[in-house]
Amino acid sequence: MDMKVAKKKLGLKEKYRLMTRDLGWEPTYRAKDEVFPYVNYEGIKVHDWDKWEDPFRLTMDSYWKYQAEKERKFYAIIDAHAQNNGHLNITDARYLSALKIFLQAISPGEYAAHKGFARVGREFPGVGTQVACQMQAIDEIRHAQTQIHALSNYNKYYDGFHAFADARDRIWYTSVARSFFDDAMSAGPFEFMIAIGFSFEYVLTNLLFVPFMSGAAYNGDMATVTFGFSAQSDEARHMTLGLECIKFMLEQDPDNLPIVQGWLDKWFWRGFRVLGLVSTMMDYMLPKRVMSWREAWEIYGVENGGALFKDLARYGIRPPKGWDDAEKAIDHMSHQFMLGLYQWSFGTSFHSWIPSDEDMDWLSAKYPTTFDKYYRPRWDHIRKLAAAGTPFKNFGLAKLCQTCQLPVVFTEPDDATMSCHRETEYKGEKYHFCSDGCQHIFDNEPEKYVQAWLPMPSLFQELNGDIGAWMNWVGLRDGEDNGDFVGSRDQRNFDQWRGMATSNL
Amino acid sequence: MQIDLRTVSIQPLRQTFDHLARRFGDKPASRYQEGSYDIQAAENLHYKPTWDPDQELYDAKITKIVMQDWYALKDPRQFYYSTYTLARARQQDATESNFSFVESRGLADMLPPAVRETALKLLVPLRHAAWGANQNNTLICGYGYSTIFTQPCMYHAMDNLGIAQYLSRLGLLLGDTEALDDAKAAWLEGSAWQPLRRYVEDTLVLRDPFEAFVAQNVALDGLLYPLVYARIVDDTLSAQGGSAVAMLTQFMTDWFDETRKWVDAVLKVAAAESDNNRAVLQDWIRAWSTRAASALLPVVEIALGAQADDAVGEQLADFRARIQKTGITL
Repeated sequence: MDMKVAKKKLGLKEKYRLMTRDLGWEPTYRAKDEVFPYVNYEGIKVHDWDKWEDPFRLTMDSYWKYQAEKERKFYAIIDAHAQNNGHLNITDARYLSALKIFLQAISPGEYAAHKGFARVGREFPGVGTQVACQMQAIDEIRHAQTQIHALSNYNKYYDGFHAFADARDRIWYTSVARSFFDDAMSAGPFEFMIAIGFSFEYVLTNLLFVPFMSGAAYNGDMATVTFGFSAQSDEARHMTLGLECIKFMLEQDPDNLPIVQGWLDKWFWRGFRVLGLVSTMMDYMLPKRVMSWREAWEIYGVENGGALFKDLARYGIRPPKGWDDAEKAIDHMSHQFMLGLYQWSFGTSFHSWIPSDEDMDWLSAKYPTTFDKYYRPRWDHIRKLAAAGTPFKNFGLAKLCQTCQLPVVFTEPDDATMSCHRETEYKGEKYHFCSDGCQHIFDNEPEKYVQAWLPMPSLFQELNGDIGAWMNWVGLRDGEDNGDFVGSRDQRNFDQWRGMATSNL
Repeated sequence: MQIDLRTVSIQPLRQTFDHLARRFGDKPASRYQEGSYDIQAAENLHYKPTWDPDQELYDAKITKIVMQDWYALKDPRQFYYSTYTLARARQQDATESNFSFVESRGLADMLPPAVRETALKLLVPLRHAAWGANQNNTLICGYGYSTIFTQPCMYHAMDNLGIAQYLSRLGLLLGDTEALDDAKAAWLEGSAWQPLRRYVEDTLVLRDPFEAFVAQNVALDGLLYPLVYARIVDDTLSAQGGSAVAMLTQFMTDWFDETRKWVDAVLKVAAAESDNNRAVLQDWIRAWSTRAASALLPVVEIALGAQADDAVGEQLADFRARIQKTGITL
């Protein structure tokens, strides 16, 4: 028996290097360009992939172990939630509109992120980068699935959830989120990382996730809040990956700066528009509110975002171009958007409603400079029409922004009485935009954005404006999924079932 | 005695989502069904990829295989993220015990030197082959069509990475960091490894996701795993006093037995779809498995010497019999 030789003590970093980066090699039988064909065309220069700092060091054995523990807890809780009619513990069935929007528009985005990260997890020539992206790819399918599983029980008892897969591809408002993710996935691998890995996961995720999951907690939705807690440590990993990615690009070559800055400008504004949906949820859809959209923006936008861009200033990065316009829009966007949703509620697979007096007082207090001046009078008018039995409905088609696909419902950044509308003519066609930000994005890549699928025009072209046929096509059941919450089946059932659960009637 | 608790009973409005009711009827769906069917965007894709404007963002036409419904390629294990992760966590636990059993009892030091040397020379360079497999499965997941077909490929890719990491740990345990350096040098320059490395690099330029599936999961791994882990490690090396090595590679043996059921199910359904599919699969499998067998021969020689030829030949015959059961004749 030979003598026992003491093994070298390996540090964590060195051990991780051996377990990951050391697995790769420079191909010699095939050209590197053939193996990684998409990594050069965007113009990002990388001189040394080894300079990549692993944002986290997780080998597969630990990944399986940690994730399995979280999975066990998650499914134990949502099983109990389903078994015990946990849906009756929510504050009010109005809350469900937020969940319906989430399942139709955001969960499909998780799946798109899964596919996108699998693609970049293959296309980057650096092993460290690839492994980090692959782990995010598998996490993202986890998020898509746990969200569907958490909301599956609500679908059994409430309307508006049942056709989420059809709504994802066909209904008008989901194309806001869909076009966002399609945009990122049709971009090259580096832009994808700035779009999803950095802008969405790092800069904007807190504005989506924290309000949403806190909203679930405040409103007694155990299923969703459990998903939120369970995803938290994944999200922390994704954020460090996004940050490492942008720093890596900026450190590799000074020529990368203008390209990265252009993407930041673009993806900040793209993301900000998607978050319009979250602003209405926070200000209007939560029966028990967490904080106003303005307050969330102060914390997660101004404070966190400000610190981040200060940190990136040493690379020459400045805050995104649309930042000031975003700030100006904060006190208006949720009101403008909710007024839009209410008037087009015949075409939404969720309910909207006229805010109560108490709701409006809260909105006045949270938006002292804008709500009473611009929006309360409009809600009062709408309420009068509803009381007179002639509710305000807009069956006309909203003009959609060619870039972000939201209806053109916003006002000029410096004048809340002027509706904001921009136009570009390209190859003899006119294109409409909701803002300077969206117009700039189009003008930089017109060939891409002329391809956008706009759901409203296709209602006319393909279905001859037949609204009933359109509803069948998008999976919307008239009189059940859509319209005002007051008088809806969701309202009736929830009140009746809750009565059965909490009284002896 | 059984006691039934009284709970408030309310009547659900529906049992499942519309897209699942269309496929399976309005009855409660399994979590595999909910997490897998029709969750990939299918219509009204907004933009063409800038990285290849000839493709759609999700494009069933980038492979020669044609399916009426790509969601027919069901995974018999019905893995979705949760069941996959729980299964691997259990195996990880067992592997961890095996490693610590070998370590704590000093079994690595008790290996006959020849067995240890064979194990290091044969197994450690395979971590690079496993990384190649990770690349291919990540590509299939990224560009393949339908969640039913692509999600197991992501799980497979992560398994490939896990295997590469277990092989690295085996190298560190039996031979320290030099073992990894030597193995990499062998992979890059050693004559025994060049046919295999050439094979792997040739698969890395494939862009037809289904051909990548065949070249990697069907042909190469269909020969490599039974040859290396069953024939050589479990049989030959164990007989030479190397059971400790078999303990360290138990994950790979179990993993191959489990995953081949999925690979076979995919082949079977795709081949049964049309004569065209069957012919394409037949050509691919024939070409790639012939190459894989000859690329593996010098690798198998490291352990079996002159008997390598017979071993590879027998394995190839077993492989043909296996493929025959999926309805494809080689």
